[in-house]
Amino acid sequence: MKALDRKLLRDLRLMWSQALTIALVVASGIGGFITTLSAVDSLALARDRFYASGRFADVFASVKRAPNALAETLRATPGVADVQTTVEQIVRIELPGVADPVIGQLIGVDPQAPMRMNRLTVRNGRALEDMRLPGQAIPALVSAAFADARGLLPGTRISALVNGKRRTLEIAGIALSPEFIFAGLQGVPDLRGFGVFWVPRDVLAAAYDMDGAFNRVAIKLAAGASEDAVVDKISAQLSRYGGREAHGRKDQASHAILDSEIKQQRVLGTMLPSIFLGVAAFLLNVVVSRLVATQREQIAALKALGYANLAIGAHYLKLVLVIVALGLLLGVLLGDVLGMMFLRLYAVSFQFPSFEHRIAPWLLVVGIGITVATAVLGTLNAILATARLAPAEAMRPQAPGRYRRTVVERLGITRIPPALRMILRNMERRPLRSALSIGGVAASVAIVVMGNFFKDAIEYIVDAQFNVAMRSDVVVWMAEAADDSARHEVARLPGVTAVESGRDVAVRFVNGHIRQRGAIQGFARHAELRRIVDLDKREASRLEDDGLVMTDRLADKLGLRVGQSVRIEVLEGRQRTLVVPLTATVREMMGLSAYMERRALNRLLQEGDLSTQFALAVEPGREAEMLEASKQLPRVVGAFSKASLLRNMQEVSARNIRIMSTVLTIFATVIAVGVVYNNARIALAERTWELASLRVLGFTRAEVSGLLLGEMAIGIAVALPLGMALGYGLVHLVSGLVSSDQFLFPVVIRPATYAWAGIAVLTSGVASALVVRRRIDKLDMVAALKTRE
Amino acid sequence: MVFSARGLAKSYVTGDVEVQALRDVDLDIRRGEFVVLLGASGSGKSTLLNILGGLDVPTRGEVRFAGQALSGASESELTTYRRDHVGFVFQFYNLIPSLTVRENLALVTDIARNPMPIDEAIDLVGLTPRRDHFPAQLSGGEQQRVAIARAIVKRPDVLLCDEPTGALDYVTGKLVLEVIAKINLELGTTAVVITHNAAIAGMADRVIYLGDGRIQKVEINTHKITPSELRW
Repeated sequence: MKALDRKLLRDLRLMWSQALTIALVVASGIGGFITTLSAVDSLALARDRFYASGRFADVFASVKRAPNALAETLRATPGVADVQTTVEQIVRIELPGVADPVIGQLIGVDPQAPMRMNRLTVRNGRALEDMRLPGQAIPALVSAAFADARGLLPGTRISALVNGKRRTLEIAGIALSPEFIFAGLQGVPDLRGFGVFWVPRDVLAAAYDMDGAFNRVAIKLAAGASEDAVVDKISAQLSRYGGREAHGRKDQASHAILDSEIKQQRVLGTMLPSIFLGVAAFLLNVVVSRLVATQREQIAALKALGYANLAIGAHYLKLVLVIVALGLLLGVLLGDVLGMMFLRLYAVSFQFPSFEHRIAPWLLVVGIGITVATAVLGTLNAILATARLAPAEAMRPQAPGRYRRTVVERLGITRIPPALRMILRNMERRPLRSALSIGGVAASVAIVVMGNFFKDAIEYIVDAQFNVAMRSDVVVWMAEAADDSARHEVARLPGVTAVESGRDVAVRFVNGHIRQRGAIQGFARHAELRRIVDLDKREASRLEDDGLVMTDRLADKLGLRVGQSVRIEVLEGRQRTLVVPLTATVREMMGLSAYMERRALNRLLQEGDLSTQFALAVEPGREAEMLEASKQLPRVVGAFSKASLLRNMQEVSARNIRIMSTVLTIFATVIAVGVVYNNARIALAERTWELASLRVLGFTRAEVSGLLLGEMAIGIAVALPLGMALGYGLVHLVSGLVSSDQFLFPVVIRPATYAWAGIAVLTSGVASALVVRRRIDKLDMVAALKTRE
Repeated sequence: MVFSARGLAKSYVTGDVEVQALRDVDLDIRRGEFVVLLGASGSGKSTLLNILGGLDVPTRGEVRFAGQALSGASESELTTYRRDHVGFVFQFYNLIPSLTVRENLALVTDIARNPMPIDEAIDLVGLTPRRDHFPAQLSGGEQQRVAIARAIVKRPDVLLCDEPTGALDYVTGKLVLEVIAKINLELGTTAVVITHNAAIAGMADRVIYLGDGRIQKVEINTHKITPSELRW
């Protein structure tokens, strides 16, 4: 082994604690990067594979009742490659011993004709093709998420209210469908409350008088066909059969959620770890350049011995690359393990037949590239600075720095203790170095804040949604809009203390050439149980007579200002176009919603006093009883219980965010510790001689330590508020990037988050100070003086 | 002639002051000669030595090594020159602390064209029993002898020593000087030694007195004494 390489190994061993913390900084940066990005990349890959293998349809439409013969007409439409019709119905499912409302979606499948689109993957049990029709029970394939959550196995029997009659479903197998990758209803993951059942089509058709007819159609586009054109043509063809507007994948429930999750995670997964990696790289650069600078005299000696700049540069590069490589290895391993864990979290609410975690080569190349490049830059920077120095000069101690009175002193404040004066002058003499080391600590404080922010945000969102906006305990909804007198039936259910009627209607908003699908939600005039709440958790404007209130994003999207009128195309029932004034906008967290007073909405639609749902307040402890009793109301098709919604939210979405947030916070904290510790060690190395000289002059250990640690303390004191402000800015930036039409991320940072960032940095500051203090106590004064002039 | 310098001048800036370190120095040094540069601190002797050793370049004037111009040579030419021809010994030894005695020498043999065996160089300075020690485990005199061994292991043409005894006590200093004299005598290596200790002048072939950046006077010793005879 070359002597220079031996020096490398020995140096590494000597500075192991610094090397380790630097490696951990690198590992955290690259680990965070790979964890999030590999998880989201794998999610997208699983989606694409499933869409391809299951031949996921491109266009979907519902219709009240269309004859099967229409399928051929649809197939002949230009741009359509294939058409598949089915019968679908929403039913109530009854599970023994379960009071919670359970919604079932029954989908008719022809056992004789294999599905050509939205094909099922049967995970266990039998495929529908193999099923013989037994006597009374309807054989069914059940969606895997629901089966797993409810412990359903092939052979299990459950009952369903099929067109008012209680029927038995016998589970034949457990299946996955590209149409139902997201397990939940209305955008909320719900593994227990919503199940999909594929049943023989003729049985379902017979139950709902749909023989020879269909009410749902899936379409595959021909290559190069325009989706919009096909959607328009199909909508037109279906309209006289009571068709609702056809739509592409972007309005398909599961796809929309999955897509927005991937997009959001991609932004998060790119933004956050990029910031992380950026900060880690910056710190690496600072630490490495200072580290190399502390070996100034050894570099000079090597030059005097005849080593060329290139050879010396290569030597230090190797040193740095060994440390960085260690960090990279650790980081990639960590990223692989945690990425897999993240993917498993996704797997709870997204069901795929195969879910494999992979780290895409480009991820590795980019992550490693950025890390190595910054390390090399930092090293070269320091080596070039040394190379520019004539070796003879480098070997001498540096010329006394140009100190001068500090700003404070120049301002006339002269009663500063000498120790503080030395500290301040030292910091001011090298403003760039002081700024960099303060900036480094501040940046690490900021990413700790950012890591924790998502946890804060989700707490805030849950509180806003479930405590402030949704104050009802249960929402029940009807099969179709029904006379509001039904509220009296609902009010008589056991334990119900208050009822508020609501009416939802699917519409398309039109302003000039801008069109946007959506719904108008009709709320009670003085709604108490369902309130419109803005981002600050304040109740937004009350609903005025005959006016429309919409979220500011919907108004922006439509290019509308308050006071202007918007055209509304009603998409259900009798189709017509209406005009309504926009009376107010509200900055809500979720979605592109629009609201009207319910009666005003009914008047606008020229319909009677109709409702589609009722929000109920229920006495504590009587919810189960109330839900059980509601099963006796034939017109009630479903119910949402706030408690189970909240539980679903907490168990899936919120839990995922909490875990990710925790992982990021840990990474950020490691980075913070690495930075503070290295700052301290390097400052010590740079000033050993000066400190030893002071000891010789009679300064006590405490006084000498005070000089160095005081500088550290001042640096951290400045960096903390700076880092918190920087964290606030970062959070703003990230929340802006993550926010979409569907969702606005509130910028809320709890004091505890700032406190944690502060405590993490302060603790590592104190720990580093202790290490440095011990080293100062052991300073060899004589040796220090002997080796210098 | 190993070195010949004409009209050498060097000025540099330290902090806020410009220092005129050398002014118009003419100098010739013959192969195998033992030259002592004597002068108070700040007289310009280190600057002169560093320029001769290719560690520094003059602001004005010309310096040649074996007929080749050093002034105006590029950084990489100077590196090659140091690597192939010059052995340096510094007042503060400048050993690599993380390497043992042998490894510090290996640092040089790794890149030298025709080095002597490492153990032979260590033997020349009398440190064979300590050859696997780290610098921190050696006394100052021993460290300086390692530095000398490291300087000579490449079989340099010139040995340039900057205050080699400056950090050492009397006895150890003499020991180190004996080693330098031995190298000069036995290997025929040209030696240039800087000191501000006039007593050392007795062991030189020629003593050059520097002051205020100029050569003040040159003495030729007709009667050289051995280091052991030196007294101060």
